[in-house]
Parts: sequence; structure tokens; C-alpha cells
Amino acid sequence: MADETRGAQGDAFDPPPVALSGRNLPVTPEHPIVVEDLTTAFGEHVIHQGLSLTVNRGEILGVVGGSGTGKSVLMRSIIGLQVPEEGSITVLGRSITDAQDDDDIDIRSRWGVLFQGGALFSTLTVGENVEVPLKEFYPEIGDTLRREIARYKVMLSGLPEDAANKYPSELSGGMRKRAGLARALALDPELLFLDEPTAGLDPIGASAFDRLTKELQETLGLTVFLITHDLDTLYEICDRVAVLADRKVIAVGTIPELLAMDHPWIQEYFNGPRGRAARDSRDRAERSDANRGS
Amino acid sequence: MRQLAEYTLREEGGARTVALSGPLTVAGVGWLDAELRKVAGPIETVDLSGVTAIDTVGAWIAWRLARDCGGEITGESEEARRLIEAVSPSENEAPVAAPRAELVERVPEAVGDLVVGLAQGSVGVVAFLGSILLGAWQIIRSPSRFRGKAVVRQLELVGVSALGIIGLMSFLVGIVIAQQGAVQLEQFGAEVYTVNLTGRLAMRELGVLMTAIMVAGRSGSAFAAQLGTMKLTEEVDAMRTIGVSPVEALVIPRVIATVVMMPLLGFYAAVLAIIGGAFISELALGLPFMTFLLRIQEVVPIKDLWVGLIKAPFFGLIIALAGCYQGMQVKANAEEVGLRTTQAVVQAIFMVIVLDAFFAVFFTKIGWG
Repeated sequence: MADETRGAQGDAFDPPPVALSGRNLPVTPEHPIVVEDLTTAFGEHVIHQGLSLTVNRGEILGVVGGSGTGKSVLMRSIIGLQVPEEGSITVLGRSITDAQDDDDIDIRSRWGVLFQGGALFSTLTVGENVEVPLKEFYPEIGDTLRREIARYKVMLSGLPEDAANKYPSELSGGMRKRAGLARALALDPELLFLDEPTAGLDPIGASAFDRLTKELQETLGLTVFLITHDLDTLYEICDRVAVLADRKVIAVGTIPELLAMDHPWIQEYFNGPRGRAARDSRDRAERSDANRGS
Repeated sequence: MRQLAEYTLREEGGARTVALSGPLTVAGVGWLDAELRKVAGPIETVDLSGVTAIDTVGAWIAWRLARDCGGEITGESEEARRLIEAVSPSENEAPVAAPRAELVERVPEAVGDLVVGLAQGSVGVVAFLGSILLGAWQIIRSPSRFRGKAVVRQLELVGVSALGIIGLMSFLVGIVIAQQGAVQLEQFGAEVYTVNLTGRLAMRELGVLMTAIMVAGRSGSAFAAQLGTMKLTEEVDAMRTIGVSPVEALVIPRVIATVVMMPLLGFYAAVLAIIGGAFISELALGLPFMTFLLRIQEVVPIKDLWVGLIKAPFFGLIIALAGCYQGMQVKANAEEVGLRTTQAVVQAIFMVIVLDAFFAVFFTKIGWG
């Protein structure tokens, strides 16, 4: 499976014009994220070795793996927060590993990141948090428009609009995640990184967040890189799933494809009691949809 | 060069049409928005057929224009329609900034807050002192709760690791006093009294005072920042739920360490200041190093040593109290940690100097001048 994705990297730098989506300036490449032979280490402790991963445009890629397999480190490497020992990372057609600080600016306005805890600026209101990237990248936007943008982004992320003038400390955990999402969406990014978005949410809140992610992905034409432990999220919204184990991506594919593999970790993950429960609930949902349709 | 969105205003038989063209995206609409807000009067149609790219910001601008001018959107692409649908439920009435009162209300409110804050602060400090005494009483009743390791750790942080910087500072201060004192005393032909000046000043005042300032800056600030961050990350709450009293585990070891270390550091600083003075007198004043030290024994009364040593624990108590109290007051956010840390240092140094003035008068009155 890993070989297959690597084979597709040849045309990563020659993007065809985007059909339908009018966003032809700048164009989202066919493979917005291409990671090749990545090696990361903290001192002696090697996290990734020879890791390769390609993300397709317009998909929601779920990234799973046991605790400590370096899912968050992979995300931090891709967005340039963690400098790898070896290997190359190309995001939106630009090399992250060779980038100088100045080159990064442009590319940073084209992705949004939701950190695990939300990472909202605690001294600013939610609305002001959303305004920060707008101010930073597009200072020519007037105050009124910027405020309006902040408010509809807050609305898009599923918060009541009056949450815009609340401080992060006044919000619940789930609302803080949504506020973080609003800030990640501030610049209408092409790429969205979500680090365990549903961790710590109640099941209803988590599934609402999943639906929101899917909706936004469809409406805004996003490519989503989603780290999760939540099997329901994988079944509900992920187009493909990448499995991290043994310091590399051992498999990428749809869940049925993964289930067909006999890697012990994958089998245990998807066929364990929680995996089966998630699959059953998914099947039930599909059956009831089908019944309603007929 | 960034491509910008443009607009044209057409008028056909009284029906006005605004045609938007170019990339209607967040990168290209800053100028367009400002211009469009100037367009007054009703508009029949907002034509999007010339739009090459659109995102939610562009969709919002088109939709707002149509809403405010009572027009209709035409010629939009499939994507544009989807985006407009997504942003249109926004009512956009809530302000983004936290509500802010008028100046006439804000000023009295700020003054009132300050007064109330001051009163509550005083009560708070007393309550904090009370909780420390209570904690100390608990420890005395059941000494097994005394956290020896934490105290030793704090003794090291407050005392041992400060030796270098405090020593260097005192040594240099000693040099300055001896050298500057000698310059002035020379005018009366009394250079020999440089020894008295340096020795008595170092023992009574400077050793302890400079040490207090240094400890407030090093350890008082660290206490406030540590405890403040622990409050933010809910570590303090976690301790309480486990049944560990934060006062016993965090505050008392720090208070004990500072109270114990201050006299030792103060004495050490005084000695280093005298050595500094002796050093410069050998180099610049022609008074040999050993002679300077031997003279110290004769001219500095033992009372001066006691004056310095008695003050030191009180200064230490003030520094530790200010640091721990401010740290435990942190509630909301990261900015508050910084603010409280600053306050801890400023309050500690201010209170130390005020107390020092009282001590100076007190010791003179009881004849230890």
C-alpha cells in the first residue's frame, strides 16, 4: 500500500487545473501533502524512520496509531514546527524541509491548524482570536469586514454568534474546540490539520463535530489531515486511513482495505471490541438510512 | 503581484447592477470591500459571472451587498451558491470585542475596582498568612506531614544556586563603597575610616538589603510563576482532590526555605562585600588586604552583625509570602501569570525597603546605632 502511494508522487508538482472549484489562484495540487522518507528523532529516541505518506486533494485522511507512535510529531513536522533529521516534506507544492522562514509566510496562509487543546490565545476573545491571522496576513482588510468575517466564521464552526465576544476561559471544552476550528478556518485554508478534534468531547458533541468537519470539508473544498483515536470518526467521515506503527506508515487505505490486511496491530485495532462496536453502529446507521430511502 | 477583485456599476433603465469580477477571495477583497461600502442606494442585481475564484469571504461580501442594498445575486457558480448558503445564516450583530463601557463609566469603575481590590487584597493577604499558620500548626501536630525533600529542594534553589550571583554582586558593591568612600574621606585625611564605612554598611544594611532584592528577583518571581502556572494547569486543584494541601506541599516549603536562607545569604553577601572592599583597598588605596580584614574585627561591633541577621528572616518571609500569594491568585490566563509575577517582585522589594526603614529607626532607638 505504501508503495502505491509513493508511486503517485510523480505528478505532485504538476497539478492539473482544478475542475469546478473556482479556487484557481493559487491551485491546490493533486497531492497537497507529500512526505518522503521522513526520519525524526529526539536525541537517541527515533520516532519515525523512512516514513512516507501522500495525501490526496479533497480527502479526509484519518491518521491512527498507538499512543507514542508520533502522530502529533508527524503533524508538527508537516507544518514545520518540528525539523526532521532526514527526508523531505512537500506541502501545497512547496518544500517545508528546505524552506527559509520568509518563504513560509505565503504557505502558512493556506493551511489551518486545530491543536489538541484548542491553543486559543487566552487574552483575546474568540472573535479576536479569529481576527489574528486575518490581521497578520491581510492588513488591508477593513475593521468592519474583519469583524464580520470573524463572526460568520464563529457561526460556521457551530458556535452561537455571541460566543465571539467571550474569552476562552468562559467556554466549555467542546466550545473551545469549535472556537479553535473557527480560527483555523480564518483564512479560508485549503488544508486543515485537526489533532484529535473529538478527544474529550461527549459522544453527541463528538459526532456533531464529525458532521461539522464533513460539512465544512464539502462546502469549502478542504483537504483534511485528521489525527484521531476515535473509531467512530474514522468510520463516519474519513475517506482513507493511514496507520502509523513501527516508526512508519504501515498502511494507507479505506477501512475495508485495511481490514483485509493481516497486520496484527490493524486487526486488533479495527476488530477489537471498540472497533466492532463502531462498525456495527455505522452499519445500523446505513441500514436505517436505506430503510428511510425505500 | 496579487490579483485583486474589481467591481463595475452599470445602470440600465433605472435598474442598477454591480458586477464583481476577478478573484473574490480573502487575498483580493480588502480594497473592494472598502469601495463597496460607499455604494449607496438600491441595487437590483449583484452579478457574479465575472468572478474567477471565490471563498467564504468573497461569498460574504457578495451576500452582504445583496442584503444591504436589496438586490439579487445572479450568475454565481455552483460553488459560490454553496458558500453563500453557508455564510448567510450569520446575523452578525454580536460584537467581536468584549463589551466596553463609555469613558465616563470606565474611569470611576476602574477607581472603584482599585479600592475594592486593595481592600480585598489586604484581607486576602491576611487570610493567606492565616492559612500558612494553620498549615504550620497541622505540621507541628503531625510532623510526618512535613515535606523534608521539598524543603531541601527549595533550600537549594533559593540558596545554593544563588551563591554565585549574590557573591559577585556583593563583591562588586563592596568595591564601589570602599573606592567611592575613600575618595570622599580622603578630603578629610581620613581614608582609614574606609574600613569602618565598608564593614558597618555591609553588615548592617547592604548585605541583607541587596540579597533581599536579588532573592525577590530570582526566587520570589519564580514562586509566583510556578504556582501561577500550576493553578492554570489545574495542578493545584488536582492536589486538593487527592487530599494534599497546596499550602503544606507548595507554600510552606518555599516560605521555610526563604526564611532560612535569607540570613545565611545576607551574611555571605556582607562577607563578600568586605572582601571586595579589602581587595580594592590593596589595589588602589595602599591599605594591605589582611590589614583591612583585621581592622574590620576592631571597628565593626558585633551588634551590627545582629542587626543584619535579625532583619533577614523577616525579609525572606515577605518575599516568599508575596511570591506564593500572587501565584495562588492566578485564575484566568497566561497574561495574568506575568502580571502576578511582576506584582510579586515589586511588592516584595517595596515592602522590604519599608520594613528596612522601620528597622533602621528601631535599632537606633534601642541604642544599637
